[in-house]
Amino acid sequence: MARRWLSAFLVVMLLALAGCGSSKAPETQGTDSTQGAAENSKTEQPKDVEISFYYPVAVGGPLTKIIDNMVAEFTKANPHIKVKPVFSGNYADTLTKVQTQIQGGSIPEVAVLLSTDIYTLVDQDAIIPLNDLIKADKDGAEYLADFYPAFMANSQIGDTTYGIPFQRSMVVMYYNKDLLAKAGYTNPPKNWDELVDAAKKITDTANGVWGIKIPSDGYPYWLTQGFAIQSGKNLMSSDGAEVYFNSQENIKGLTFWKDLAYTHKVMPEGVIAWTAAPTDFISGKVGMIYHSSGSLANITANAKFPFGVAFLPAGEKGFGSPTGGGNFYVFKGISKEKEQAAWQFIRFMTEPARIAQWGLDTGYVAPRKAAWETQVMKDAAAKDPNVLVARDQLQYAAAELSVHNNPQIYKVYGNQLQAIITGQSDVKTAVDAAQKEAEAILAPFKK
Amino acid sequence: MQQRRNSASVPVLIILGLMAAAWVIPLLWTFATSLRPSDQSVAVGSWLTTDMTLANFQRALDYAPFGQYLINTVIIVVGILVMQLITATLAGYVFARMNFPGRDLIFLLFLLQLMVPAEALVVPNYTTIRLLKLVDNPLAIMLPYVASAFGTFLIRQTFRQVPKELEEASVIDGCSTMQTLWHVFIPLARPTLVAFGLVSVSYHWNNFFWPMIVTNDPARRPLTVGLALFAKAVEAGADWSLVTAGTVIVILPLLAVFLIFQRQFISSFMQSGIK
Amino acid sequence: MAEPVVQPKRKATAPKRGTVSTGWWRPYLMLSPAIVLLLAFTIYPMLAAGYMSFFKINLATKQQMVFNGIANYKDLLASPAFHTVMKNTVLFAFGTVPFSLGLAMFLAIQLNKQFKLSGIFRTLFFYPTVIPMMSAATIWLFMYTPQYGIINRFLGFFGIPDINFLGSSTWALPAIMMMTVWKDAGYFMLFYLAGLQNLPTELYEAAELDGANGWVQFRRLTFPLLMPTTLFVSTVSLINSFKTVDQLFLMTGGGPNNATNLLLFNLWELAFSFHDKGMAATLTVVLVVILLILAIIQNQWVDKKIHYN
Repeated sequence: MARRWLSAFLVVMLLALAGCGSSKAPETQGTDSTQGAAENSKTEQPKDVEISFYYPVAVGGPLTKIIDNMVAEFTKANPHIKVKPVFSGNYADTLTKVQTQIQGGSIPEVAVLLSTDIYTLVDQDAIIPLNDLIKADKDGAEYLADFYPAFMANSQIGDTTYGIPFQRSMVVMYYNKDLLAKAGYTNPPKNWDELVDAAKKITDTANGVWGIKIPSDGYPYWLTQGFAIQSGKNLMSSDGAEVYFNSQENIKGLTFWKDLAYTHKVMPEGVIAWTAAPTDFISGKVGMIYHSSGSLANITANAKFPFGVAFLPAGEKGFGSPTGGGNFYVFKGISKEKEQAAWQFIRFMTEPARIAQWGLDTGYVAPRKAAWETQVMKDAAAKDPNVLVARDQLQYAAAELSVHNNPQIYKVYGNQLQAIITGQSDVKTAVDAAQKEAEAILAPFKK
Repeated sequence: MQQRRNSASVPVLIILGLMAAAWVIPLLWTFATSLRPSDQSVAVGSWLTTDMTLANFQRALDYAPFGQYLINTVIIVVGILVMQLITATLAGYVFARMNFPGRDLIFLLFLLQLMVPAEALVVPNYTTIRLLKLVDNPLAIMLPYVASAFGTFLIRQTFRQVPKELEEASVIDGCSTMQTLWHVFIPLARPTLVAFGLVSVSYHWNNFFWPMIVTNDPARRPLTVGLALFAKAVEAGADWSLVTAGTVIVILPLLAVFLIFQRQFISSFMQSGIK
Repeated sequence: MAEPVVQPKRKATAPKRGTVSTGWWRPYLMLSPAIVLLLAFTIYPMLAAGYMSFFKINLATKQQMVFNGIANYKDLLASPAFHTVMKNTVLFAFGTVPFSLGLAMFLAIQLNKQFKLSGIFRTLFFYPTVIPMMSAATIWLFMYTPQYGIINRFLGFFGIPDINFLGSSTWALPAIMMMTVWKDAGYFMLFYLAGLQNLPTELYEAAELDGANGWVQFRRLTFPLLMPTTLFVSTVSLINSFKTVDQLFLMTGGGPNNATNLLLFNLWELAFSFHDKGMAATLTVVLVVILLILAIIQNQWVDKKIHYN
């Protein structure tokens, strides 16, 4: 008996091995067949659709839970649309995952990705312009106009809208009021000179206390971009085909940044971890940090001392900070029905009250003006004025570095920034090298 | 050998002791941190506090579906092992006992796999998996590892030592090749198969790179990939008590099995070495 | 460590009676599952990578299969990033391999003796082998953190100022190397323990009679006798170091300024972050060639040494 059984088993295994490729194939395509028929009956009875929604988490707090709840509310309001939320790591991981999915032929419907991925996604023919969907809505034009222009800068190419701002942020400065008070400051430093002065007074290396920390591992270009803007010139052209890494303005800004560590000795040398900065701040070991406005909720929840949020200190040409964070994108190659469902989902997620609450839960800057008029936001702002700082800084904000072939540009520029802050090379050499490499990468996109 | 009976000298013992401390402190510190309230995760001071808590584990489990990850890992590990044992036993038997045209060429094929590990070939292999539409399917994680040259050689080595007479006796009894394999060879090779099994299981339990590339769906991730994403998500606030709790959840099962079956583990690894 | 014990001395044996099914196809059928998978996931990908390496395949610039001759190889060899990555990989290999091996040999020789704690010591040095590299990475990421990481606290105890291990271009690679040695030394220790148990006792007894003490015994007997093991383990660990990648994802992301960017991580970046598949295929070919060369060296070397033994 046993002998026969073994032979049979082996044969089955062989067949299973040989057949495994083809037998699974229908699974991924299963939903497609129902779509053609559904297209005509759009308004009548909504067919069930399922869309997947990829999103990253880049700031603290159990955001996956909040997202799950928002998705559940959406499904309750729109029972025929099933949204499958997919948490996929940080922004870079999510982009990689989404792109990999697209190459693999199973296209996600909607995702939150960095607003700066816009060129990358358009170049790869991955996303659709949203103009038609906006136009089809009765209140479409008003809806679009309600978003702050600074956030729309990274969401449109020319007149074409590709992204809808969702979890948008900005670089802001968090300061420890106790430590600043000890240094004789009741208000946060307003400009670079005051920043250095205050930081010097706070720094007490014997006890491990630093004046300031500006992270430089995950998004070094972003946290240092403010220095260039404050010096009067942003890092790229508006068509995404040119960068200005070795401009006088950027050299001036980056020199100031490097001097904080190497000349004034108010910031630790070397690369500072994005993740460690808030923890250090919370444990009272640093006077000021530059970080995402999105870290507000985390810091508010954990800091055991009075702290404040302030504009980034002004340079020669005034205040300035890059916007940041993620936009909604809708992907190409999905059925009209799914496009519509994805758009409905986006509209739902960006309703003023909802996005206001999302901002309060996370610390992201609600990107719509109407959100700031909601009662929930007004109450929160009355209780904690820190909530308003990022929005007020918006008037000085500029677009975040975003060009064609963005991941590679980030990599070459980020590398050179790290070379500067680890003391491997001087500012001029580093930015010249970055500029040269970047120009080679951007050459195919020059018109 | 002679030395075995000697005991280590005192200075050597001290060196060993210090090194052992360096080896075990990371683990103990991780355990200790995972048990501390999150607002004290980085507090300077003693390791153990009076207000130790399991809350971090609850939070970690709320945060990420570690239970699902565990199931996925078990499916992958068991699937790979079963398929490896089948292919490697068949191939090991052929190489140990049969002669046929092209034998050397096919042997070389196996050798090549030993030399070029699957990790080096992720780019073209990913293309293949995509074409087969297997992304997010546990099979995608398993397939490149199913034909194990290492297992084949190990099993061939053992099979070669099976006395001819036993095999002949079995054939005289009227057993076919398959039956001989099942009744004579496999029982005799059991220690080798167990050793190979343990090595394979711990290798694939710990594998990260390839599973990360071929899984997108959180419901399909194995423990290692889940942990990496978890640590990255949590790291935004560097909530170390949460990260260490997640780490402990991931390492505990294998560590517990290891401590219980220590002897078997160590001798298996000694016997089989590679991977 | 399976050394050949039985020499194959005959061809197919089966008596005629009762072997109804010994068709010529039988060995092929039995090998077929393994062969199919080896062809699909070892041979084919090598050929495919070779083929793809002559094309520009870049999603970002929308170039799909544009024939490019050997330009990919030229570009790769000329790119400073590739040089950095190769330099790092070689540094990493030559930093971790001798260190792990030396440590492993020391531990094995000491723990081969039976004393009260030897079993516990073996366990303590071996356990990192059974935990995932990814968990080791979270643990060490925490340990290396400035200010509250345990290493900096320990150094602070001696008045040494904070070292930003993973954030410094000088320290980052050694830091990754250190955690790798921690993870691997116990594993290699086992190879040596196995090697030691195969050493001939008589030689040591003779040496004792000659009055050779521990160090002389080590230099004259143990070390040379362990040579086959050392060569074997060194190629295993060398190959391992060329496929090091897991910990980089979590600990450094290849930074700062590529200081910890190793071959396989760079390969992943090219393929899955920059979407430059042509370049990634080219780098795959380079990696495969390196691995094959290592394997050939191992075969030549190790086989000879074992035979001399």
